Amino acid sequence: MKHIVKIMTLLVGISALWFGLLKTSMVPSSHTLLLPIYFIMCLGCYGLLMVGVGLMRFPTCPQEALLLQQDVIEAKGYLKQRGVDVGSE
Amino acid sequence: MAERNKYSIIIPTYNERLNIALVVFLVFKHLWDVDFEIIVVDDGSPDGTQEVVKQLQQVYGEDRILLRARPKKLGLGTAYSHGLKHASGNFVVIMDADLSHHPTYLPSFIKKQLETGANIVTGTRYVKGGGVHGWNLMRKLTSRGANVLAQTLLWPGVSDLTGSFRLYRKSVLEDIISSCVSKGYVFQMEMIVRASRKGYHIEEVPISFVDRIYGSSKLGGSEIVEYLKGLAYLLVTT
Repeated sequence: MKHIVKIMTLLVGISALWFGLLKTSMVPSSHTLLLPIYFIMCLGCYGLLMVGVGLMRFPTCPQEALLLQQDVIEAKGYLKQRGVDVGSE
Repeated sequence: MAERNKYSIIIPTYNERLNIALVVFLVFKHLWDVDFEIIVVDDGSPDGTQEVVKQLQQVYGEDRILLRARPKKLGLGTAYSHGLKHASGNFVVIMDADLSHHPTYLPSFIKKQLETGANIVTGTRYVKGGGVHGWNLMRKLTSRGANVLAQTLLWPGVSDLTGSFRLYRKSVLEDIISSCVSKGYVFQMEMIVRASRKGYHIEEVPISFVDRIYGSSKLGGSEIVEYLKGLAYLLVTT
C-alpha cells in the first residue's frame, strides 16, 4: 500500500472519530469542535520539541576533525613521494 | 563462511583534484585486506581531477582504480548508474569525494553487512557514535528540522535520510536506482525510502561527518525549496 494511502486512512479514521464525538454529544460540542485545533497544536509542539531535543543532543565529533588533519598529512606525504600531484589548491 | 565478496566503491567527482587523491589513499589504507575497486565518475572537471586520478592509477593499478568519466555535469543519479555499469563487485559502496565521508568507516559497513546479511547498510550521523563537525547552529537546526519533518511525513525506518555514505548489495542497488527519478540529494532520500517500502533489509552504522576542508560545498539556499518539493513528491509517490 502506498504511504500516502496509509496516512489518508489514518486521517479518515481520526475524522470519523471526531464526527462520532460531535454527533453523540458525549463531550460538550464546544469542546469537540476545537479538537482538531488542539490536535494540530499538539502536533506542532511535538515537532518543535523533537527539533529542540535533537538539536541539544546533536552528536558532534571534534576529535574526528583532528584525526582527519593527521590523515591528510600522512596521505600527502605518501602520495607526493609516488608522483601524485597533491599541491595545495 | 562467506564467499569471496568484492566491493565496488563508486565516487562521483566534480573539481575534487586534491580530495580524490586523499580519499583513494585512505580507502587503500583501511581496506588493505578487502577485495575492492574504486570507480571514479568524473563529470569533466576543469581543475584536472582526471589527471590526478590517472597518476593514482600508476601508483595503485588500473585494475583497482577505474576512471569512468563523463563529458560534463550530468547529475548524481546518473553518475551512480554509470558507475554501476562498470562495477564488477557484488557489493557497491557509494560515498562522497570531499572527505566528509571518511574511509575509516568502510570496514564497519562491511562488518555490519556480514553480521546481519542486510541488503543495505547506511551511515547515519544522527546516532550516538556518529556525529558532525564544522556545522554551525543554523546548519544543525536546518538538518534537524528537515529530519523531523521527513520522519513525521514518511516514516522511513532510517535515522539519516539525506546521508549518502552507503553500502548496497549490487542487485538491490540496480533494482532501486531504476525506479528513482529525483535529482541531487533528494535522490538519496528517494533511494532509501523506496528501499524501505520494498521491504529490503536495511541496517545503520554511525559515521562521523567532518565538513569539507578543501573546496566549496555545494549546499545552498534553494536546496531547502528542493528538499520540501522532494518530500512532497516522496509522500505521494512512495
